[in-house]
Amino acid sequence: MNRRQIPLLRESLTLVGFVILNITLICAFTFYPLIQGIQLSLYQWDFISPFKIFVGARNYVRMFGDRTFWQIMRNTFVFTFSTVSLTVLCAFGLALLLSLPLRGREWTRGVVFLPTLLSGAAIALVFNYILDDRYGMLTQFLHIFNIKSPSFYTDPFWAMAGIVVTMVWKQAGYGAVILIAGLQGIDHTLYEAAAIDGAGRRARLWYITIPSLAPMLLFVVVTGILGAFQSFDIIKVMTNGGPINATNVLVYNLYERGFVNFEAGPAGVLTVVIFVIMLVLTILQLQVGARNNAV
Amino acid sequence: MPSNTRPRISLPQILAYIAMAIVIILVGLPLIWMLFASFKQTDEIYRMPGTFFPEQPTLMNYPAAWNAVPFGRYFANSVITTVVATASKMILALFCAYALVYTKAPKWLKDGAFLLIVAALMVPGQVVIVPNYVTMSMLHWADSYQGIILPNAATAFGTFLLRQYCLGLPYEVVEAAEIDGASHWQRLWLVIMPMAQPALVTVGLFAVVSEWNDFLWPLIITNTNEMRTLPIGLYRLYQTEGLQNWGIIMAGTVFVVAPIVLLFVRSQKFIIEGIAAGAVRG
Repeated sequence: MNRRQIPLLRESLTLVGFVILNITLICAFTFYPLIQGIQLSLYQWDFISPFKIFVGARNYVRMFGDRTFWQIMRNTFVFTFSTVSLTVLCAFGLALLLSLPLRGREWTRGVVFLPTLLSGAAIALVFNYILDDRYGMLTQFLHIFNIKSPSFYTDPFWAMAGIVVTMVWKQAGYGAVILIAGLQGIDHTLYEAAAIDGAGRRARLWYITIPSLAPMLLFVVVTGILGAFQSFDIIKVMTNGGPINATNVLVYNLYERGFVNFEAGPAGVLTVVIFVIMLVLTILQLQVGARNNAV
Repeated sequence: MPSNTRPRISLPQILAYIAMAIVIILVGLPLIWMLFASFKQTDEIYRMPGTFFPEQPTLMNYPAAWNAVPFGRYFANSVITTVVATASKMILALFCAYALVYTKAPKWLKDGAFLLIVAALMVPGQVVIVPNYVTMSMLHWADSYQGIILPNAATAFGTFLLRQYCLGLPYEVVEAAEIDGASHWQRLWLVIMPMAQPALVTVGLFAVVSEWNDFLWPLIITNTNEMRTLPIGLYRLYQTEGLQNWGIIMAGTVFVVAPIVLLFVRSQKFIIEGIAAGAVRG
């Protein structure tokens, strides 16, 4: 071994020593489970029995032939789409409002952001109480006008609406903070130049603010999709996926198949399905992001 | 020209202030409702028409909630898992980020390690629960602290954030320390850690919030009161009290939410700046 290689070897050993624990944990609990999930999806197993029965693709065939599965896919789409679109709209409005030179706006930004940090299970309980159709805040409020509150526990539409509203209330502040940072980054001379050219308020919004914010908006949309897609605590506490599967989404179904019904095979299939969807979304995001940077 | 010293408030400004007030009410109301209900007596909660402000405030719901389920134990479990997982995440991420930026190991080795981190960013935590549960029960670690903590003991996101932050630090300082004969260990603790503190604090705060609120993983990995964490315990309280006593349930909710609210009040600037920085860079 010559003289040059000794420091190089030492540097390499330092690198390995410094990263080994981090990388090992990430491999053991992030990458290995993906392989394990694929493996589980090919077997019939109840998590307890010492024997797993190999069934090949049968779990997949059964899952994709099941009407409930497609209802769950549809629910996931409806939930994600409505949550994300409402969240982005609210976040955008909040960001515009809280970028105005108003007294107390810093404090308000804090208030708006706070729900993002709170426990989803706790928030779900608070909204359960608010939406309680006998004694909740909404019922009490509507009572003043002699209107009956819709039932969020038994009506499929209102059950979905209830969890969407809760999600939007919890997530909008996160998007707002990011969009506020984005608004601060816009070059002010653009607005001045546009004002000289006679652009009105609406024109400035459409032709300067929104295009300049595009990367941030994309970020908020993508994190919103990933967040909504993964939300579990709010659904578990508020609706338990009901009534009659009306709010059963992929991640909730994964929990149900795995830890209520103890069906490892279908749970493995769902693991693979969710991962593939997430992967496609991430790749799409990277491609759109790259195109934005290229322009 | 005599200028008007009093700033004049225009109509759009008034509208903006009204909008801001509405925002504060919409966001704050659920939390106020929770807090007020926790001070209401049972018969006041189940009255039509009801009240908004508690008429005869009582503190009774708090001890009632605390004793209905073993909240003391849940609290301890939440503190233990949150502190250990957060400390582990911060230390492992700092070491990893330092090594990826400052060691002179061959490029393929550093790039390979970094690629693993970036790839892990794309795997969402909820996807891997079923296989991780199988692993943990094979190791007989279901319903144990290591079972709750280990899958959350490392953070790809935090490592990524710290690495990006280190890349933005002046490299000369580390070089100067190296010329002075400081080892990697010394450079990491005495030079980089103080300089990377803002990013490190952000990683820590994110970890605290996500551990404290984590619901799905502790729900499946714990099955006794000795191991349950606060959010799971709160859910148990809800199941035992059912729809019978919202006052007690809201008091339990305050137990879970209050520590995070206090943390936020103390470190609001760090959290909000950290979020914005993460988005700008990511």
